[in-house]
Amino acid sequence: MDFLNAIVALGNYVIVPGLTYGAQLALGALGVTLVFGILRFSNFAHGDTMAFGTMVTIMVTWLFQALGIGFGVLPTALLALPFGILATAALLLFTDRAVYRFYRKQKVNPIILVIVSMGVMFVTNALVRFAIGVGEYQFTDGARFLITAGRFKAMTGLDEGLAIRTTQAITVVTAAVAVAVLFWFLGSTRTGKSMRAYSDNEDLALLSGINPEKVVAVTWIITAALATTAGVLYGLDKSFKAFTYFQLLLPIFASAIVGGLGRPLGAIAGGFIIAFSEVTVTYAWKKVLGYLMPEGLEPSGLMQLLSTDYKFAVSFVILVIVLLFKPTGLFKGAQT
Amino acid sequence: MAEPFLIGEDMTGGYGAADILHGCTLAVDPGQIAVIVGPNGAGKSTAMKAMFGMLKLRAGHVRLMGEDITALSPQDRVAKGMAFVPQTSNIFTSMTVEENLEMGAFLREDDIKGTMAQVYDLFPILKDKRRQAAGELSGGQRQQVAVGRALMTQPKVLMLDEPTAGVSPIVMDELFDRIIEVARTGISILMVEQNARQALAIADKGYVLVQGANGFTDTGQALLADPDVRRSFLGG
Repeated sequence: MDFLNAIVALGNYVIVPGLTYGAQLALGALGVTLVFGILRFSNFAHGDTMAFGTMVTIMVTWLFQALGIGFGVLPTALLALPFGILATAALLLFTDRAVYRFYRKQKVNPIILVIVSMGVMFVTNALVRFAIGVGEYQFTDGARFLITAGRFKAMTGLDEGLAIRTTQAITVVTAAVAVAVLFWFLGSTRTGKSMRAYSDNEDLALLSGINPEKVVAVTWIITAALATTAGVLYGLDKSFKAFTYFQLLLPIFASAIVGGLGRPLGAIAGGFIIAFSEVTVTYAWKKVLGYLMPEGLEPSGLMQLLSTDYKFAVSFVILVIVLLFKPTGLFKGAQT
Repeated sequence: MAEPFLIGEDMTGGYGAADILHGCTLAVDPGQIAVIVGPNGAGKSTAMKAMFGMLKLRAGHVRLMGEDITALSPQDRVAKGMAFVPQTSNIFTSMTVEENLEMGAFLREDDIKGTMAQVYDLFPILKDKRRQAAGELSGGQRQQVAVGRALMTQPKVLMLDEPTAGVSPIVMDELFDRIIEVARTGISILMVEQNARQALAIADKGYVLVQGANGFTDTGQALLADPDVRRSFLGG
C-alpha cells in the first residue's frame, strides 16, 4: 500500500507535470531546430514568437467568450488557436520579407543572423507587451479536471490522489498529434522532403531545382504553427505572461541542443530530458521517500535539491555539460 | 562545321579579381563523351562551373542547342536539360537512396517511376539499398547515387566533376562503363577527370587545359597518342 501510494505521489507531482512540460518544450524546441536546420541560425526570437501567437489566441478567445462561443468541456482557446497560428505565420513571413531575406541574400555569417534575430526578439517582445500588457492572464475555461485527486482517492482507496487537469491531457494529446503530423509531412510529402533535402545539402538542393524561397516560407509557417501551439498549451497549463515566454527561451534552446540542433527527433527527446530534469531536481521528495523508507528513517527535511526559483539553472547546467562533452547533442545534430 | 550541342565559347572569368579561365572553349555533341584533363590548378573544375552558370563570365558565351544561356542561373539550366554532379557533397546524406532520386526529379511534374527504374537498371546495387540512408553507402555507391540523382531530370547533358575521385580502381572501371552506357542512350557527357589515361580512352573528345586555356584538343585516342601530351600530362 505504501509502495502504491509512493508511485501515485510520484505520478501526481513528477510524471504528469514532467510529461506536460516536456511536451511543451518539445514543441518549442522543434520550431527552433527547424529554423536552425533550414535557415541555419539560432532563432532567439522564438520565445517571443510563442508569446505573440499566444497573445493573438487569447484575444480571439476573449472575443469568442464575449460572443458566447464555447468548446464544451474543452478550453475555448483551442478554437482560437488556428487564428493565432495564422496571425503568427503572417508575422513571421513579414519579418522574413522585411528583415531576414536581406541578410540571406548577402549570405551573411550565421552569427549575424543570430544577432538580427535578437533584434526581432526585442521588437516582437515590445509588440506583445504593448498589445496585451505585462500582467498575468488566465485564459483557460471548460472543465478544469479530467480526474480530481478526491475522485481518484475514492476510486482506489489510496491515501494519495492523482489529479490530471484537462489542460495537461490536452497538452500531451495535442503535442503528440502535432509531432505525428510534422513527421508525416517531413517524411512523406514532396514539400517536406524538399525541406529535408535543403537542410541536408543546400547547394545540391538548388541544383535539383528546389526553390529556396518556398522552402523558407513553408519553414516559417510550420514554425508559426509549432510556436503558437507550444505557447498556447503552456499558457493554458500555467498562465500567460509575456516575460515568462522570453524566459522559456533557455529551456527550449537547451532541449534543442541536447537533442542535437537540426534533428526533429532530438528536439523531442531533449524537451523531455530538460523537463524531467527540472521537475525532479526541484521536487520535494519528502512525501515519496516517506512512503518508501522504512519506519524511523523517513526524511525530516523537504528533500528538495533545488528551490523552484533556480529551475533555470538546471537547463543551464545540462546545456553546459552537453556542449562540453557532446557538442553535437544526443542525436548527432549540427555543431553549434 | 555545325554548331555543337553544348558549347562554352571563349570563356573568361574567375571567382575574384583575377581570372582563372582565359578564353577557354569546350563543346560536346549528343551521345558523345567529352573529357577535360589537365594539371592541378588548370581551371578544369572552374570551366565546368562556368558551363553550368555557377561562375560569372567576364567574356564568352555558353550556348545550348544554339540558344545563348550565358545569363541563366544553374536552376534554369537544370530546367533546360542540363545536369551537374559536383565533385563533393553530391548526395543528400541523411536521406534514403530513393529519396535522393526523388529529389533529383523535383522539377518534374510527370510520373518518375520509369526513370527511376532505368536508374536502378543502370545501378542495380542502388535498388537493393533504396531504403538505406545514402550517407551510409561506400564511396563508389555514393557516386552512383550522385549520377543517378542527376539522371532523374532526364537531362540532355550530364556534367560530371571528377566522378572517380576517391574510389578504388575496380570501382572506377565500373563507373566508366556505366558512363559509356549513359552516353549510348544519347545523353552528352562532359566530365573532368584526374585519371587522365583511362578517361581519355573512353572519350570521343578530349580537352587538355593549361592555365585556364585550351592546351590540346583532339579525339581521346589522338591525345593519348600525341607525344607532347604524353610527355607533359600523362607521365610518358
